[in-house]
Amino acid sequence: MAYDKFNIVTSTAVPLPIENVDTDQIIPARFLKATERKGFGENLFRDWRYNNDNTPKEDFVLNNPTYSGKILVGGKNFGSGSSREHAAWAVYDHGFRCVVSSFFADIFRGNCLNIGVLPVQVSPEFLEKIFEAIKINPDTEIEVNLPQQTITIKASGESESFGINSYKKDNMLNGYDDIDYLSKMKTEIQEFATTRPF
Amino acid sequence: MSKTLFDKVWDSHVVRNIESGPDVFFIDRHFIHEVTSPVAFLGIKSRGNTVLYPERTFATADHNTPTINQHLPVEDPLSANQLKALEENAAAWGISHWGLGHEKNGIVHVVGPENGITLPGATIVCGDSHTSTHGAFGAIAFGIGTSEVEMVLSTQCIMQPKPKKMRINVNGELGFGVTPKDVALYIIAKLTTSGATGYFVEYAGDVFTNMTMEGRMTVCNLSIEMGARGGMIAPDEKTFEYIKGRPLTPKGEAWNTAMEYWKTLKTDEDAVFNKELTFNGADIEPMITYGTNPGMGIGITNHIPDASNIEGGVATYKKSLGYMDFSEGDTMIGKSVDYVFLGSCTNGRIEDFRAFASIIKGRKKAENITAWLVPGSHEVEGLIKEEGILDIITEAGFTLREPGCSACLAMNADKIPAGKLAVSTSNRNFEGRQGPGSRTLLASPLVAAATAVTGVVTDPRTLLKEEALA
Repeated sequence: MAYDKFNIVTSTAVPLPIENVDTDQIIPARFLKATERKGFGENLFRDWRYNNDNTPKEDFVLNNPTYSGKILVGGKNFGSGSSREHAAWAVYDHGFRCVVSSFFADIFRGNCLNIGVLPVQVSPEFLEKIFEAIKINPDTEIEVNLPQQTITIKASGESESFGINSYKKDNMLNGYDDIDYLSKMKTEIQEFATTRPF
Repeated sequence: MSKTLFDKVWDSHVVRNIESGPDVFFIDRHFIHEVTSPVAFLGIKSRGNTVLYPERTFATADHNTPTINQHLPVEDPLSANQLKALEENAAAWGISHWGLGHEKNGIVHVVGPENGITLPGATIVCGDSHTSTHGAFGAIAFGIGTSEVEMVLSTQCIMQPKPKKMRINVNGELGFGVTPKDVALYIIAKLTTSGATGYFVEYAGDVFTNMTMEGRMTVCNLSIEMGARGGMIAPDEKTFEYIKGRPLTPKGEAWNTAMEYWKTLKTDEDAVFNKELTFNGADIEPMITYGTNPGMGIGITNHIPDASNIEGGVATYKKSLGYMDFSEGDTMIGKSVDYVFLGSCTNGRIEDFRAFASIIKGRKKAENITAWLVPGSHEVEGLIKEEGILDIITEAGFTLREPGCSACLAMNADKIPAGKLAVSTSNRNFEGRQGPGSRTLLASPLVAAATAVTGVVTDPRTLLKEEALA
């Protein structure tokens, strides 16, 4: 098993209503020097979260005790930029199991799915509703139900369904990853390889 | 059934199709570097797996390497540790390794094509989003995460849903002083940074047909900046001419067989794309960015748009201009600049140095400018010397550094200081990308050179014109 199974997550959420949040903001390149998958959570949003002297920037949402939870809610085009899986690791290590946005960059979305963070794409209208609900009450709970493929604002009961392909859904529900799948088909791959000209 | 170029290459690499799931996708060539591979090797070890085809993987150190005094031990212990891990992992599994100091060392997306590892019709991946560069040869090439690096090492496959297809045509001729970088920044400005997300792009039309291989690499390199997984251009005589005789290209009978296949690699006439866009090359001027993503670009003579005229959130737009310390309506030309960076997998090839030299020749570096000129590889460095470009550089008061990714992502010591403004030929102007608090204007090598000799953002056509008239 590669990561914890994902079924239903009900939690308060951390709002980040900024568009085009790129992976250099999620984790700056200078924090990619580790040779093990450790310690990336503390550098999540490093330059938005800390001043140059490492004191916390009080106005950044992760430093505001009002907001917490396992769900990160971001603006459109979340995770654009580099392919660094470290960005997804940082999100996971910080304690998020789910990122909600109206649009995700491709590689970031794939990286999340590969390590057990569920990217939930909602309509721009529903995203605004979530931001609004958290603004009114930071203790608002959001339910992300993977088996049903629904996301619900608990207080109002407003809900929307989200897409995920059935293979990835099965992986997330069971904590499997692609290497588990590929490792079982090595013979088939080796036969295929003999047909490649270069 | 009619197929696009992308379909032809993709479909020939599908080992298994999973119903309502991804394809099991075979990878011909895999590049690894020191930053995104160590955890993948740990995964192989912890799962008790092996590297299935070490001869299909190529390691080079680039992201985290110094660009001066490469013959000395690397000072930063964390960087040194990553370089050592790459060397040890490559040795342990029998993977070829072009580490620091090796004559073939350089930026992965520069050395791959130089050595004939990049071939038409191949599938190429690397734990780096600018792997899209290799699409210039008619390969399907894209960036992957570390989990996928582990998949390729252990099974030579990844699991990918097939992207949608987009064709971008740019017809006509490019104007004076307009380079491939400007073409790419123009397209990204039109599409925004998410306009091609979910798509794989084919570039077609006169402009790309007439473009050199170096130029095509620059364009394909920047595909990711409009959200596309990758971009590709059908191989033609220029492509074959470029790859012929390189160290790892097929030779003899194998070359002839490969050529027969490569000549079929073009989109069938009646093939259908999910989306098709057409631009006119004559509409493009030298471009420059003014904000904190590569989609925030304008023609260099234009003003920064008002928030009311842009798509997307006003708050995000204003935050971006606030970071840059610019105002709506500002002109870019004449803004005082502190740093100029020539290099990266986008613009670190010989043609980029030739362009830079064409402007600085006979001029002097402006006093307020710190310039970092970083070749993409030792091979590029060698050509710079051979062609007399080094003399031009030195004469104009610049120095040449050693190859690597350098200030493009500022993992090494090449960091633009906080608050300083840089004109950079690299690919990303994100907040802090080139160093915490740094401010980046993306542009072509010509704009970078014009700025380097005047000290302010300068339209290269004004300097090129002087010469044309002289």
